[in-house]
Amino acid sequence: MRRFLLIAVPYLWLVALFLIPFVIVLKISLSDIALARPPYMPQLDLSAGWEGLKSFFAALDFENFVFLTTDDLYWKAYLSSLRIALFSTVITLLVGYPIAYAMARAAPEWRPTLLMLVILPFWTSFLIRVYAWMGILSNEGLLNQFLLWTGIISSPLTILNTNTAVYIGIVYTYLPFMILPIYSALERMDDSLLEAAEDLGCSRLSAFWLVTVPLSKNGIIAGCFLVFIPVIGEFVIPSLLGGSGTLMIGKVLWEEFFSNRDWPVASAVAVILLLILVIPIILFQRNEQKQREANG
Amino acid sequence: MPKDFTVAQTVFAPWDDPNEKPLIQFKNVTKRFGEFIAIDDLTQDIYSKEFFALLGPSGCGKTTMMRILAGFETPTEGQILISGQDMSHVPPNKRAVNMMFQSYALFPHLSVWDNIAFGLKREGKDKDTIAARVEEMLRLTRLDRFAKRKPHQISGGQRQRVALARSLAKAPKLLLLDEPLGALDKKLRQDTQFELMDIQEKTGTTFVIVTHDQEEAMTVASRVAVMDEGKIVQVATPDEIYEAPNSIYVADFIGDVNLIEGRAEARMSPATPRDQIEPTTTPDPEGAPPPPAKPDAPQPNAYGEWLQNTLLFPFLGKRAPNPKELPAPSETKPTPALQSPVKTGGIALHWADGHPPIVVANGDPQLAGAAVTLALRPEKLNIAKNKPDTPNALPGTVIDIGYLGNLSTYHVQLDNGPMVKVQVTNVRRIARRDITWEDAVWVSFSETSGVVLKG
Repeated sequence: MRRFLLIAVPYLWLVALFLIPFVIVLKISLSDIALARPPYMPQLDLSAGWEGLKSFFAALDFENFVFLTTDDLYWKAYLSSLRIALFSTVITLLVGYPIAYAMARAAPEWRPTLLMLVILPFWTSFLIRVYAWMGILSNEGLLNQFLLWTGIISSPLTILNTNTAVYIGIVYTYLPFMILPIYSALERMDDSLLEAAEDLGCSRLSAFWLVTVPLSKNGIIAGCFLVFIPVIGEFVIPSLLGGSGTLMIGKVLWEEFFSNRDWPVASAVAVILLLILVIPIILFQRNEQKQREANG
Repeated sequence: MPKDFTVAQTVFAPWDDPNEKPLIQFKNVTKRFGEFIAIDDLTQDIYSKEFFALLGPSGCGKTTMMRILAGFETPTEGQILISGQDMSHVPPNKRAVNMMFQSYALFPHLSVWDNIAFGLKREGKDKDTIAARVEEMLRLTRLDRFAKRKPHQISGGQRQRVALARSLAKAPKLLLLDEPLGALDKKLRQDTQFELMDIQEKTGTTFVIVTHDQEEAMTVASRVAVMDEGKIVQVATPDEIYEAPNSIYVADFIGDVNLIEGRAEARMSPATPRDQIEPTTTPDPEGAPPPPAKPDAPQPNAYGEWLQNTLLFPFLGKRAPNPKELPAPSETKPTPALQSPVKTGGIALHWADGHPPIVVANGDPQLAGAAVTLALRPEKLNIAKNKPDTPNALPGTVIDIGYLGNLSTYHVQLDNGPMVKVQVTNVRRIARRDITWEDAVWVSFSETSGVVLKG
């Protein structure tokens, strides 16, 4: 009984904060838009009894999902989101791995400080930090002023409101999520493994590829998922740093919901997004599970 | 059996052969880490097919020596030659040297098979050669059944064997073993020691082993180097290290030892009769008047005396002043010195006031007049309740008895002297042991069982 209670707490949490909202969203996605409050039909009215319930389910349809396929805006937005998420994950990995590697190789007394520096940005609001990037990247921003001052460029670069700015913002924001799991994998690694590899005929570089990289594989996978999954649905960064050319599903969702006030279509977009994300989330979970088994 | 059957065994001792070329030469090697001197001007040769043990407490420089051989450290000064070739600028991956790490350093992401094949693959050998060699190594280390397992799926002893197989796979000229058996429990360690010796013999590889376990070093090694503070204090075969240590440090580090300090004096030569060099306080039992009855022998009291003299006298006769005494119980250990005459020469050691000097026939007479220490192994001492007829017999009291099953160690406080340990093989069951706590005993040893060391 006590065991059951212990398990029940997190499950109740999940049911209340994930499953019930998801069912509501799913229901809205099957409804029709209406000029009402709330702006969709039909409403569930339990007082009507069994007949009311029957007519309620009869009114639900997949019309909104069909609509998503007719307008190419949506699948373009999905694909574009996936592409941006993929590229920014790769860039974050390329930037994050050397940082994590350097941290793990640093003298042990320095590691806590370095670790704190990676986490430090979380102490200020994410929104403010993205606004700060607007100040840096704009035409009269710090970056352009600096480049003009050094004479590298003669006219300011247009970075803000382009995909470049979005990539910069995403890589900057999600870098800690990449660094931390890789660092924890590398830090656990026994240095004598590299010595053993060298002893057995590896050069430094091949020892890195044959020992360090495979041993940090789980950290790399975890980091990539931790970046990729939230970036797909990212909304703040593309809407603040991106321009009209930046197409991301998070932004589309927001516009459907708040500008068009088309809750059913917005809900359908959200449900599809969730279905897309289920695959990487399952893969991520499996990786974590495997890692736990290997360690334990 | 005809005598021809016994083939003369050539003793393996390349270090005594001036024509033999050493495989490894340390030439005035010094290694500093900042202020700390890990290796201090060390010169040492190691020969092919040797099983060379570096023994010492932690921080003595033994691991640094090994890491220099492997190429992970470069000497601050001096040279290392392997097969006559200077190794100073040869990186670890270009050396015909392999190392078995203390932590084994098995690659956790690779199977046992792939771990062993790792070095061979780096050499770019073809698949069949690699497979054949790996199979050979698996058989040698009896790991055939575990080839597909990952390191975390096998036991500590198996992991140790994988590490050994991996380091042997490339058939190195020199194999370095860094505390190879440290992580194994005692029984497994002992078995593995013999396995290591076996494999060393089979493969003909030169082994250099680093260990802080002196028993392990003595068991496996052809020569043992005892190190202290970056220097090699003594290099010798295990028996020589044990029986003839060259310093108090070595004597004390290897095994148990009793150290008796004193002042040396040259013994008169030629041969002096035992009685002259050893004035005994108690007269010899033979010929001399019988000693007074022992205080613990039963003595009649006044009433008994009267009873005897008045009542029993007619029947039993006069009471003998000394009851018949049984001969002293025989020694558990025969002392050959009893039969043979005491060896001449050597020194006499004055070790405590009021005691005759200890006779050390193998002591260096040139040490006469110097302060010296006599190192005596506990198993070379005898313990007895009655004074034995040996050149050296020191009185004392049993303070403690350590029972180890096969052996017992007696801690004896010598009268007016230091505490010594005496080790006796328990040939009798413990219930029949005749010496117990607080007993007055004699600790005896022959004139050649100790080693006189300076200082």
